[in-house]
Amino acid sequence: MNVLLKFYHRLGSPREFYEISGSLIPWFGTISLILILTGSYLGLVVAPADYQQGESYRIIYVHVPSAWLSMLIYTVLAVSAMIGLIWRMKMAYVVMICSAAPGAWFTLVALITGSLWGKPMWGTWWQWDARLTSELLLLFLYIGIIALYNSFYERHLAEKSAAILAVVGVINLPIIHYSVEWWNTLHQGSTVIRSDGPSMDVRMLWPLLIMAVGFNFYYGLILMLRARNQVLIQEARNSWVAELVVNKGQAS
Amino acid sequence: MTPKQKSRMRLVLLVLAGLGITSLLALNAFRSNLMYFLTPAEMVAGDYPEQGMYRLGGMVVEGSINRLENGITVEFDLTDYEQTITVRYTGILPDLFREGQGIVAHGRIENQLFTAEEVLAKHDESYMAPEVAEAMKNVDMSKAIPASATKIPAGTTL
Amino acid sequence: MSFNEFLAMGGYAQYVWSSWLLTLLVLLWNVIAPRYKHKKLLQQVEIQTKREQLKNSTNKI
Repeated sequence: MNVLLKFYHRLGSPREFYEISGSLIPWFGTISLILILTGSYLGLVVAPADYQQGESYRIIYVHVPSAWLSMLIYTVLAVSAMIGLIWRMKMAYVVMICSAAPGAWFTLVALITGSLWGKPMWGTWWQWDARLTSELLLLFLYIGIIALYNSFYERHLAEKSAAILAVVGVINLPIIHYSVEWWNTLHQGSTVIRSDGPSMDVRMLWPLLIMAVGFNFYYGLILMLRARNQVLIQEARNSWVAELVVNKGQAS
Repeated sequence: MTPKQKSRMRLVLLVLAGLGITSLLALNAFRSNLMYFLTPAEMVAGDYPEQGMYRLGGMVVEGSINRLENGITVEFDLTDYEQTITVRYTGILPDLFREGQGIVAHGRIENQLFTAEEVLAKHDESYMAPEVAEAMKNVDMSKAIPASATKIPAGTTL
Repeated sequence: MSFNEFLAMGGYAQYVWSSWLLTLLVLLWNVIAPRYKHKKLLQQVEIQTKREQLKNSTNKI
């Protein structure tokens, strides 16, 4: 616990975060690359075709990891917004705002790949059913958070307003997840996360899980890349940033 | 935690709880509007509401698909295993349309005949290889596996 | 399974491959864009630092 707490405090300092993330980035990059390549090969080549949907179901390997990630990122964003609001932690707000754009990207990918899947299988690009609509709302939430943050000149005000919107928007997460259970929807129910276990051939399930874990590492990677930039912008006036550049110049 | 942090935490949690309860009540109030489709039983219980467009969702009854003389109009029975309604549709059917398949039809009902302007296929949440589906079908016919595990291209006379 | 069959994706090639391509592009972009920005930011800091050093040295004279 003590070690964890110490680590947490170290990450709370922008300078320490910049140094630690610098050494973690290559690891996250390599792991996500290996997992995504393995998952793609297994999903596209090794996994059998589906009995109903034939080869078209292979869209699942990009659609579902993106959709899961869009919700995971929102969870991280909202939790860091809460930490920021309660403990006024600098780095929490950095994590919050640096998660918004990746979240929006993956929501968009989930929506578009879903549409590309819906057209041949359901017979439509888009329907206003509860699952599709609540996922679209998630995209608007991400865009709203980014827009609200950027509309303030004063950073503390920007962080606070964006954080409040982020916390309020958390209500949408259970709605997205349970939409397929609470209401009649065109979208089918959950395949993997269900009480009686995944209803999927294991040869199809493994690639999906590998892809999903790979996507999570990828998010860790781009979150750190973005957060480092944000730290540089916010700390530009601090001497450690200048030292960093000078040291780097001497090293090369 | 300092008292200030504690009170901020209380405020955040209070706002969240309030919001959660409000949206739960709101979603419950608009429950029927959020339903994407009605089932045949709901439509029968509603005494065949003859005005307006509705979405009707159910399973295509085995052996009920009937292609009319003009070749592009199909009639089939849609069931939720309580009530059955006959649907008529002219147009291109989605690839997944087949007997035993869940579908959603959008249209209006007149004299207990549902005339659809759009037919969408629903697929279930199970994914399996064709040979596995075939094997399962042979083992247990009563299980809810669609009768035709092989794909029937849209436009084929059934 | 032949390579052409693999590419055809059972007749769903356009849907499957455009989904995968879109995802690939988004994955690449989200790594390339922040890396490029990072480079720019470091350059900016460097220019700033040099300018301040210059200012300090001229002030001494």
